[in-house]
Amino acid sequence: MRLPSWIGQHLAALRVLLVMTVVLGLAYPLLITAVGQLPGLKHDLLAKNGRAVGSALIGQSFTDTDGQALPQYFQSRPSAAGDGYDPLSTSASNLGPEDIVDTLSTDEETASQSLLTQVCSRSLAVGELEGVDGSRPYCTSDGVGAVLGVWRADGATGRITQVVSLNQAAPARPFVSEYEGVEVEPAEPDTEYSGYVATPIRGDAPDHPAVPADAVTASASGLDPQISVAYADLQVARVARERGMDTAAVRKLIGEYTDGRTLGFIGEPGVDVLELNLALDEA
Amino acid sequence: MSATTAGVLFVVSLVVVLAAAYRPAGDHLYRVFTGTRHSRVERGVYRVIGVDPAAEQPWGIYARSVLAFSAISLLLLYAFLRLQGHLLLSLGFDDVPPELSWNTAVSFMTNTNWQAYSGESTLGHLVQMAGLAVQNFLSAAVGIAVCVALVRGFARSRTEHLGNFWVDLVRICFRVLLPVAVVAAIVFVAAGAAQNFSSGQEISTLTGGTQTIPGGPAASQEAIKLLGTNGGGFWNVNSAHPLSNPTGWTNWIQIFLILLIPVSLPRAFGRMVGSNKQGYAILAAMGTIAIASVALLNLSNGLALGTVPTAVGAATEGTETRFGVLQSATFGAATTLTSTGAVDSFHSSYTSFGGGLTMLNMMLGEIAPGGTGSGLYGMLVIAVITVFVAGLMVGRTPEYLGKKIGSREIKFASLYLLTTPALVLVGTAVAMATPGARDSMLSSGSHGFSEVLYAFTSASNNNGSAFAGLSANTGFYNTALGICMLLGRLLPIIFVLGLAGSLARQRPVPESAGTLKTYQPLFVGMLVGVVVIVVALTFLPALALGPIAEGLS
Repeated sequence: MRLPSWIGQHLAALRVLLVMTVVLGLAYPLLITAVGQLPGLKHDLLAKNGRAVGSALIGQSFTDTDGQALPQYFQSRPSAAGDGYDPLSTSASNLGPEDIVDTLSTDEETASQSLLTQVCSRSLAVGELEGVDGSRPYCTSDGVGAVLGVWRADGATGRITQVVSLNQAAPARPFVSEYEGVEVEPAEPDTEYSGYVATPIRGDAPDHPAVPADAVTASASGLDPQISVAYADLQVARVARERGMDTAAVRKLIGEYTDGRTLGFIGEPGVDVLELNLALDEA
Repeated sequence: MSATTAGVLFVVSLVVVLAAAYRPAGDHLYRVFTGTRHSRVERGVYRVIGVDPAAEQPWGIYARSVLAFSAISLLLLYAFLRLQGHLLLSLGFDDVPPELSWNTAVSFMTNTNWQAYSGESTLGHLVQMAGLAVQNFLSAAVGIAVCVALVRGFARSRTEHLGNFWVDLVRICFRVLLPVAVVAAIVFVAAGAAQNFSSGQEISTLTGGTQTIPGGPAASQEAIKLLGTNGGGFWNVNSAHPLSNPTGWTNWIQIFLILLIPVSLPRAFGRMVGSNKQGYAILAAMGTIAIASVALLNLSNGLALGTVPTAVGAATEGTETRFGVLQSATFGAATTLTSTGAVDSFHSSYTSFGGGLTMLNMMLGEIAPGGTGSGLYGMLVIAVITVFVAGLMVGRTPEYLGKKIGSREIKFASLYLLTTPALVLVGTAVAMATPGARDSMLSSGSHGFSEVLYAFTSASNNNGSAFAGLSANTGFYNTALGICMLLGRLLPIIFVLGLAGSLARQRPVPESAGTLKTYQPLFVGMLVGVVVIVVALTFLPALALGPIAEGLS
């Protein structure tokens, strides 16, 4: 009996798919898994006193249960993976470059910080922890985004009618008292502002802030195992002090756990935070 | 060395190595497409599937074979996802819900790899490797097969025969994709990528907290995800995950794998049509657009324009330390210039113009160099349009590679070109007009619009990357984006095969003094011009509402 051609084609399709599933879906991954067991290709977890404490490739938080930085440890980057460095919910923040206006609310569920405010507050916190200037462009001195909502008589043009510092909740004092002759008010929480032009104010912070970029931004994976060499350097003094170590000894360890660029140009140098902290604990 | 110098050398080294690979890789592809001998394994496979490898197919049968294969793939993958909870290695995850299963099955069958789920909280190992990763191979092979059929249409004359889809499919899997994937996967394993069947190992961290170190057959899936320009990550954060892409140099290899097949296909094309110069011309057009795009994206993100990047001092939000801003931008350009959609950094946190460029790359139709197969067939369709436009200018019947471009050919080419813009723009409009769909946006205003526009652009062009702020795992988006992916894949394939059939039937036109020399810089320039103008006219209004408005405000 001859099958109609359209059935024949679907049968051929089904058979191809099954054959391919066996070869490409089972044999291939199993082969790679077997090869991965060979000595030299296997990657073991890091251990302390014989107990696994993590992977050199997966970052960790070095904070106490309240989320406060433990000063004897080098700190990792901010993380958007779950509550931080959760491999079961990897994520970036996905917030955009002009995400600059907070939702202020007395209700914690509704309130949300803009990316700009997150950057500003992290910078302030890191600055305090390390004893350096935490100021950044477009940030207020109290660590939120310096953004004014400017209302004009004719929408985008005309006389200014009202100016609100959008990220500073009353009764905070606005970071500038007046804008082009109009008094600046703090924002009222739970108020839906609309019709304004969001105007970020640069301020006089240095172009190159003391707190490095990676210390104030979340990574792509939320599991970034590394920090920049600059951020590691910034933390040396504190860690050495807390541990009663010589800063030179700490710097030497940083050098040991820094990966440079392959061939001199591939990748960016970074310091593996878990490996470094583990080495400090064992030093 | 400064990060800028390193970033430039990074791009230069990729260009140099790809240029060196162009001839050997392209020649290998040529032999795969035209060889007459079958290996013993292949003959065994043909016997099992009941196909006569010597039987050639006319375009209608070739197209129906593609459609039958796509339908079966879709059904089986859907069933696989729906039944996950009852299978081995499910890691305790339940069956995937119907709408998400539909979306995911379409997504992997169409080489899109849009992911409305996150791997670590939805899928078990068996579905990942025996369901999704298999489609990573097969959907890439289908794209290449369709492309080869089109090239045969140009190369052959007075015939109905375009080759045998099943033979093309099997050969591409066994002789191209699998060998390279094996080597790449072992390299990734050596670098530290995960390749095991662990269901996660809970450890106590240095500070006494708990963390689960994830596991799974990730490296094997990574390799084909990139080589096949698929892009579906094993975990939610895709190629940013340290167990997927552990080092700066694996990042380089990932970009190389993305570009390898799309870049070397023009060589195989040139050899099949009997003129290597034709291959170089297509490569030159692809290369011009690609290098311009990579340079602009590096510049946009490197300059860190915009409020948050200025406050930070660099566009580091959503990038990994080991890749840095510039080398992440190069990955971002490569993944959107092809139909890959893997990401090693998050496009929604790029500078406004940088994010806009990734979208523009996809809107170009992913032809520079484009996805595996789909890039070259897309570019050849544009070449047909270009000779048509050139023919109109000088009042001659247009011809390309010795084939007349008549009304039938132009109809197929135009239909091809109209499909994706129609899907993108209508889809975005419907989403913006639907209140429930608007609620999925993470941001408001122009960035929120960009999220939606990006989603439909990515789905309709079978890219699969995301402005991931959008909560796309909803009934509306799973269904709508699924439809866009399906139509955005299969309609162009049918038009391409129709074009191939009508070209193959023609008798060749002898070259005359008036023939447009389609291997000269003039033609390359026109080709690039047509790509840019067609795109600019179609998408500029939508782009103006999204990234351009955001970048200028």
